[in-house]
Amino acid sequence: MTVTDTPFAGGIVGEARLRKEDPALLTGEAKFIDDLDLPGALWVACVRSPHAHARINSVDTSEALAVAGVVAAYSGEDLADTWVAPLPCAWPVTDDMKNPAHFPVAQGKANYAGDIVAVVVATSRYAAADGLEGVVVDYEPLDAVVSIEDAESDRVVIHEDLGTNVSYEWPLIPDPEGVDAAFEAAEHHITETYVHQRLIPAPMEPRGVAVVPAPHNGDMTLYSSTQIPHVLKVMAALTLGVPEQKLRVIAPSVGGGFGCKLNVYAEEILCMALAQRHGVPVRWTESRTEAAGSTIQGRAQRQTIELAADADGKLTAVRATLLADMGAYLQLVAPGVPLLGAFLYHGLYDVPLYSFTCKSVFTNLTPTDAYRGAGRPEATYAIERGMDALAVAVGVGADEIRSRNFIPTEKFPYDSPAGLVFDSGNYQPALDRAKELIGWDARMAEQAERRAAGSTTHLGLGISTYVEMCGLAPSRVLASLNYGAGGWESATVRILPTCKVQVVTGATPHGQGHETCWSMIVADRLGVDPDDVEVLHSDTAISPLGMDTYGSRSLSVGGTAIWMATEKVVEKAATIAAHMLEANPEDLELTGGVFSVKGSPDAEVPLAGVAFAAFTAHDLPDGVEPNLQAQVTWDPPNFTFPFGAHIAVVEIDEVTGAVDLIDYAACDDCGNQINPMIVEGQVHGGIVQGVAQALWEEAVYDEDGQCRSANLADYLVPSAAECIDMKLDHTVTPSPTNPMGVKGIGEAGTIASTPAVMNAVVDALRPLGVTGMAMPASPMTVRRAIEAAGGGAS
Amino acid sequence: MIPAAVGYVRADSVEAAVAALGEHGDEAKLLAGGQSLIPLMRLRLARPSVLVDMGRANDLRGISVDGDTVSIGALTSHSDLEHSAELAAACPLLAHVASQVGDPAVRHRGTLGGSLAHADPASDLPAAVLALGGTLVATGPGGSREIAATDFFTGFLESALAADEVLAGVRVPVSTGGWSYQKFNRRAQDWAIVGVAVAEGGAGVGLVNMGSTPLRASAVEAAVAGGAGASDAAASAAEGTEPPSDNNADPAYREHLVRVLTERALVAAGA
Repeated sequence: MTVTDTPFAGGIVGEARLRKEDPALLTGEAKFIDDLDLPGALWVACVRSPHAHARINSVDTSEALAVAGVVAAYSGEDLADTWVAPLPCAWPVTDDMKNPAHFPVAQGKANYAGDIVAVVVATSRYAAADGLEGVVVDYEPLDAVVSIEDAESDRVVIHEDLGTNVSYEWPLIPDPEGVDAAFEAAEHHITETYVHQRLIPAPMEPRGVAVVPAPHNGDMTLYSSTQIPHVLKVMAALTLGVPEQKLRVIAPSVGGGFGCKLNVYAEEILCMALAQRHGVPVRWTESRTEAAGSTIQGRAQRQTIELAADADGKLTAVRATLLADMGAYLQLVAPGVPLLGAFLYHGLYDVPLYSFTCKSVFTNLTPTDAYRGAGRPEATYAIERGMDALAVAVGVGADEIRSRNFIPTEKFPYDSPAGLVFDSGNYQPALDRAKELIGWDARMAEQAERRAAGSTTHLGLGISTYVEMCGLAPSRVLASLNYGAGGWESATVRILPTCKVQVVTGATPHGQGHETCWSMIVADRLGVDPDDVEVLHSDTAISPLGMDTYGSRSLSVGGTAIWMATEKVVEKAATIAAHMLEANPEDLELTGGVFSVKGSPDAEVPLAGVAFAAFTAHDLPDGVEPNLQAQVTWDPPNFTFPFGAHIAVVEIDEVTGAVDLIDYAACDDCGNQINPMIVEGQVHGGIVQGVAQALWEEAVYDEDGQCRSANLADYLVPSAAECIDMKLDHTVTPSPTNPMGVKGIGEAGTIASTPAVMNAVVDALRPLGVTGMAMPASPMTVRRAIEAAGGGAS
Repeated sequence: MIPAAVGYVRADSVEAAVAALGEHGDEAKLLAGGQSLIPLMRLRLARPSVLVDMGRANDLRGISVDGDTVSIGALTSHSDLEHSAELAAACPLLAHVASQVGDPAVRHRGTLGGSLAHADPASDLPAAVLALGGTLVATGPGGSREIAATDFFTGFLESALAADEVLAGVRVPVSTGGWSYQKFNRRAQDWAIVGVAVAEGGAGVGLVNMGSTPLRASAVEAAVAGGAGASDAAASAAEGTEPPSDNNADPAYREHLVRVLTERALVAAGA
């Protein structure tokens, strides 16, 4: 599709430019937490409960203190007076939500394997690790609550003071009677139950923290491998009682996050407290095995989806019921994760009636929280798997059932049955294009041939169309959902005297390529070289205002703020240029870095001349301040709603149960694109991450709550060897909610690919009588499903 | 992932290594490529008092073919095996199996001798050496001795090597008859959930991850020798095995897999 509705005229936006970030990353020049050189720093090591649920009778640190290099060791009781408030949960989704007190070091009881029960402070990382072995904890193991069903039963109540394991129930049922009536009248009533296994986020860089105090003036610098230095600063100040103006938070180069660094963690607050106490720098670097238990995990819910449809398969109502696992405590935004999907269980289908209910429970497992897509992959999975079941019931193809139900293009902006307004959409062309890319008809014919020939290598095709809500978020909407902060973003654009440009943004990259993209937006408008634009971020002393990076928000919210700040600077520069040219500002246009007077081609002044004039301030128009700088804080009026269609093709060996992803096509629509190469990279990575949930990844826990997949040999993160060449294209349907017409692409691949692959797996095996499949579709799981259906060559 | 304190000495020859083992006793461990030992140390599951680093014992590196015998130094890396034209001609099974170990980084560091001496039932190379009827050369204070591969693997991560012996090299017969290695895993870099190595059209069959040690499928070998077809011979592939249970497979599924993979390997090897 051609881009006809673009606000970009500079010839830079839309180019597949290489990333400015990469030379430093590829040469090792970029500094991550563990690269920081902090002379005299003490190392922290955490004693973590080996039990999922245990009373802590006593903690004896005396042997640890005898280990060479160990400076101090503390139990939870020793540090109890340190905390002004428990670790924060910023999203109390209901007024009566139950939220257990959660302190950096557990007191009295450990509630998951990995809960910190004591800390050792030592002069080196090795001494700290040696010291761990000297801490003797007397545990009294208790029955562990591992499954959400067990949790819901309250057989064992984890947090006794709460009286129940249920944290909250959150319904969204605009018309209960209408929904019931629709199901009563339905020709087809589909009921499906799916389980989203726990996932371990596993970014390339685990977490890490370093705190540098200045004991005599009270300053404190917190370095953290975080997605949210700005939110962290506020929360850390509140949790520890540090005056916020004394606190500086820096996220150095951050090696990925996928949502797991959108949090305020025990170790961050703990290192701050220990740095205060010892008056020297304190640091902690997470190991990979430690990360498997102590960094938040994703997904972890059981969902039941019901579809009501008429004889033609036209949906009349959708009802979704969730049971979600919060883990042992509520982390920063965990309760809200199901809500980010709550509005989307009808997918991109035009459905008049809608019902959603979520119940969230505590278990004795690692806390969960946002993981790439956060709520939207779960919602998309339920509706897209359900649509395949409906297609079978109606007797039409998986493509046809979707086409019959897409929200018609003329209905946009679309008032959704859940109460949202979808900004823009045009769904059928994306599906058509994906089918074209994959060679749908030929693949269907191939499948039929194999089936006719009795092949034991089955071919399966799976479609997943999707719409998601991203660009988090309008602050007023967040308020209505009880979220504890706003959804705005801040930007400053500063043209320096030599016409080089600084952009200060509150968006905090951790691998996305923000510097490249923001430079392109500004350079495109100003007519300067993108390499002459420096993007400053991730340090609250340089960028004091920000809401950080998550929920595919950086471009549509942070990028819009940059766009608007650039416009403001241009406006001011035009005033000065007009003064220099003795023209009216409204008669000027800025093209290729030169202001000229419309209709008088000879009357022009370069932006560089204006920048220097603004700096010298020798001759500025009356009332105009020196320098070219503008700050904008943008609060979006709505979410953005990217969409697309993905198709997976799998081959399944009936004999072994092995699933082989052999082909993949995707047509995504994220509105206008800034850098198509970066968009493609996000789609690639997103797809693989979603395929991983379908085929490989699972945090496996035994009945005692012990993680049996705590390293990368047992937790199957895919490598390049598992990836296939994907066929990608896009359509462009600009968002009307922001001036650049952009949406977001960071999570789309992950949202779409899991159901596409699982639909393909079930499609492949349908002739064998298989109608469902648990994730991940491991060879043994698939083989057992085939056997259970009564089939399976040996 | 921080190992406990450990002593370190370098041994640049077999003799030096044997001497170091004699000097430092039972708690000393030989370090070759370190691809198994170092992870265990980082988890503090292995806590040797002294590492005897043989990484620069270059005399133990290399592949030579003499008549009917291929001799391989214990420190020859998987990558060297994988890329040796000489080995590909003389013993293609071994070269191929080496190419299936871990990922390229592991194959560049990991060594044939290290893999065999570690005696991990889930490793690829022991099964290949078993299928080939290989011989291992151990050197101790009293000199060298030969151990048949069949006698080498004595228990889980245990071998016939004495505490003061060093595995110096491996000999396998030149083997260009029908061969196959069927490795079943979920990611390219992983250990086999089950693996089956077939040499000489089924005369030798080695199994990966089907018990506490690398195994020979004697019943399959006997059936092939008796003229059974691939399908019939493979039916006894799980005989005498005690497969483990883990996230990927329970024993029953492993027994199913080993029969399937053995049949496929025998067919591929022309049995």
